[in-house]
Amino acid sequence: MNLAPPLLARYAESLFWMARYLERVENLARLIEVTYIFESPGRESESWYALVRINADEESFSRRHGAADPDAIKRFYLIEADNPTSIPAAIEVARTNARVLRPLISTEMWKQLNQFHHALTAIAPAELEGDALSRLADRIRAGVQAQTGITEGTFFRDQSWHFLELGRLIERADQTTRLLDIKFHLLVPRAREERRLVELTQWGSVLRAAAGYHAFRRIAPVEFTPADVVAFLLTDASFPRSVRLCLDEIERHLTALRIRYGLGGTRAALERAEEIRALIAGAETERLSAGGLHAFLDNLQHALIGLAGEIGTAFFRDWRPYAPGQEQVGQEQGDREPARQGQRQEQAG
Amino acid sequence: MDVPAEDPFQGYDAGSFYCELAAGREGDGGAAATIRSRIAALGLATLRSRARAAETDLFNLGITFTVYSEANAIDRILPFDCIPRLITAAEWSELDRGVRQRVAALNAFLEDIYHARHILKDGVVPVDLVLGNANYRREMEDFPVPFGTYVHIAGIDIVRDERGAFRVLEDNARTPSGVSYVVENRHLMLRAFPDLMAGMRIAPVDDYGQRLRAALSEIAPAEVLDPQVVLLSPGIYNSAYFEHVFLAREMGVPLVEGRDLLVEDDRVFMLTTAGLRPVHTIYRRIGDDFLDPTLFRPDSLLGVPGLIGAWRHGHVALANAVGTGVADDKAIYAYMPRIIRYYFGEDAILPNVETHICREPAGLQYTLDHLAELVVKPVGESGGYGITIGPRASSAELERTRAALLADPANWISQPMVGLSVGPTLCEEGIRARHLDLRPFAVTGRESWVLPGGLTRVALRHGSLIVNSSQGGGSKDTWVLTGEFQSGALAHGVIR
Repeated sequence: MNLAPPLLARYAESLFWMARYLERVENLARLIEVTYIFESPGRESESWYALVRINADEESFSRRHGAADPDAIKRFYLIEADNPTSIPAAIEVARTNARVLRPLISTEMWKQLNQFHHALTAIAPAELEGDALSRLADRIRAGVQAQTGITEGTFFRDQSWHFLELGRLIERADQTTRLLDIKFHLLVPRAREERRLVELTQWGSVLRAAAGYHAFRRIAPVEFTPADVVAFLLTDASFPRSVRLCLDEIERHLTALRIRYGLGGTRAALERAEEIRALIAGAETERLSAGGLHAFLDNLQHALIGLAGEIGTAFFRDWRPYAPGQEQVGQEQGDREPARQGQRQEQAG
Repeated sequence: MDVPAEDPFQGYDAGSFYCELAAGREGDGGAAATIRSRIAALGLATLRSRARAAETDLFNLGITFTVYSEANAIDRILPFDCIPRLITAAEWSELDRGVRQRVAALNAFLEDIYHARHILKDGVVPVDLVLGNANYRREMEDFPVPFGTYVHIAGIDIVRDERGAFRVLEDNARTPSGVSYVVENRHLMLRAFPDLMAGMRIAPVDDYGQRLRAALSEIAPAEVLDPQVVLLSPGIYNSAYFEHVFLAREMGVPLVEGRDLLVEDDRVFMLTTAGLRPVHTIYRRIGDDFLDPTLFRPDSLLGVPGLIGAWRHGHVALANAVGTGVADDKAIYAYMPRIIRYYFGEDAILPNVETHICREPAGLQYTLDHLAELVVKPVGESGGYGITIGPRASSAELERTRAALLADPANWISQPMVGLSVGPTLCEEGIRARHLDLRPFAVTGRESWVLPGGLTRVALRHGSLIVNSSQGGGSKDTWVLTGEFQSGALAHGVIR
């Protein structure tokens, strides 16, 4: 019995990106939900535009839609499949990677993703209106969570599982920084007391969007400050979406790949993870929450991109020269070079 | 409330065609009658709702082939008909022997033409038909392959005529597809129609993957103890990608694309997370032309540069071998009965459909004289294209065909119109007779093994004889009976 069957580099790459894009779908749904809740009466456009800004989509959005309009922004992220940062586009990439991985993933994983894909590529404009939007966001989140659960319960845990988890965790850490960052772009009233109350509500909603409100309540002081929220989302050791916990898990998976499967190429990635750990540990949340959080998160996002890059360089990127624009000649209609959709250029937030 | 259900077979009429579900068929032990009465008991409505659910299942499980229109990739299922066909044990024994004989003849022929060429020197097959054939590969000359096996995976297309006699319609010796549907259709029947199968003794089909892997291991370079087998696919955009996934999974081997492989020092490696790992046998689902851009089409990105060199050095095995296409085209098909007699001194167990070779003056004359009664086929096409069905053609079409025949007789063969057998099939208007064919699959390493049954394709359009999936064909589960029906017993042929 072959205990450690080899894993094709291409499969490792697809596992990583399938998981990343699925996690991205879930978090985009969370961001949409929090934006919907934050929508300040009379200033809806500004509220929704925060979503565009934290995804660094200002340029591509204005090219398509011109001025910021809430409905256009909702369509941009929930319906327009040709916008590469939309939910339908992300689920398409996830499914394309899953198609590549069909020899490897469980039938149940494929079936769920296949059905979820059918549902997400058929979102109707009416579902973006009023309270239907909140229900839609809920359904999207639940769809990814079903996928995550099926993966947990059915996916064979050889090295392929570690690559899948690495993709999921890096994306989750990145998305938590974006969720925090949304606060930077939100509007608050000028009057002092009113401002304090609005801010508390907003922080509470950020926590809710990250599914961390109740856990935070259990461990935070009754009179919590913004710094407590920032510290919780960045450094808490038990909260599943904190950057710190994601990092712990990332290191665990990298170490398993190094020790159990002898993949020495994990060295550089482990070093980067260590740097990120130091970065979070040194974060002065008190000072950050008073200003400078945006710049800090920007740094953190860049560090995560660097970490993903080390994994890619060691295990899948550049393992064979890739010539973009080179047409593939198929032996029958439809034989095309599979798009390397996974290798989307990562942008900094 | 007991309303007598309408007999779903009302309106079913096989006419002059052979039907395997006809009552009182010899050797079926009453199985056909049992199936018909069970279907009647289920009723048309239940049958339809279960069939719909089964097809939804196929779609959700992604058991699909992909059709490309201008910009869209559309996943389609191969339409599935839930009424199975029945092959008796005696019939299967004949088919099994016949298919193995056919595959042995294909291999003997390939071995001969790429070495001593006795059959050409003896004038049994015209020299130009072989050496001038676009699928003839010089690279194969004097290159020995293990056990003399060139065609490791073969699909032989077989029909039944009005009397029920089996006849070979076509050989597929390159990269025949469809075997995944055989296994998946059985899974589907077991899920959706366990009550239809109860007590039936049916040969199981689920060991195809193991048999295939065993054969592929047999042909690996002899010095390798635990050969690494891979399946080489053009990738996710190929219309048969599901089948590639299915076979890789059933065999438990990696599904690779050309870009996963590289050749160094005439050895083949695959790129893994742990670096390069040697590969010993490649089951390739890519045509000869695309295998190695350094030798064949230089613009192919599907293949692996240097692959043929590695093969010729004996460091890797390829299944099927390169150059098998010369044996399975329609031009050579016509000579198969003579080829079998030449090598084995015996008649074909499964005869061809009577075939007139238009390159031979007598064949051409006969074809021209009986154009309106014959099916005329170009020898180079596949997938049911370019065929003229005489009895159904207009006089203008017949004249065009006559002109084409006279312009290039060697490009054509003709056959009488065979009254293909029919099977009861669930249609819009009820259960109706539709024409069938059968593609058994043979796996050959040291020896041949034939998967019991095979892919039954059904022409879903009324009166249509064309069963190809690209032209409106569907499929059915094929039951090979292995013993007497046992009432009260559980279904046999259950997937282990």
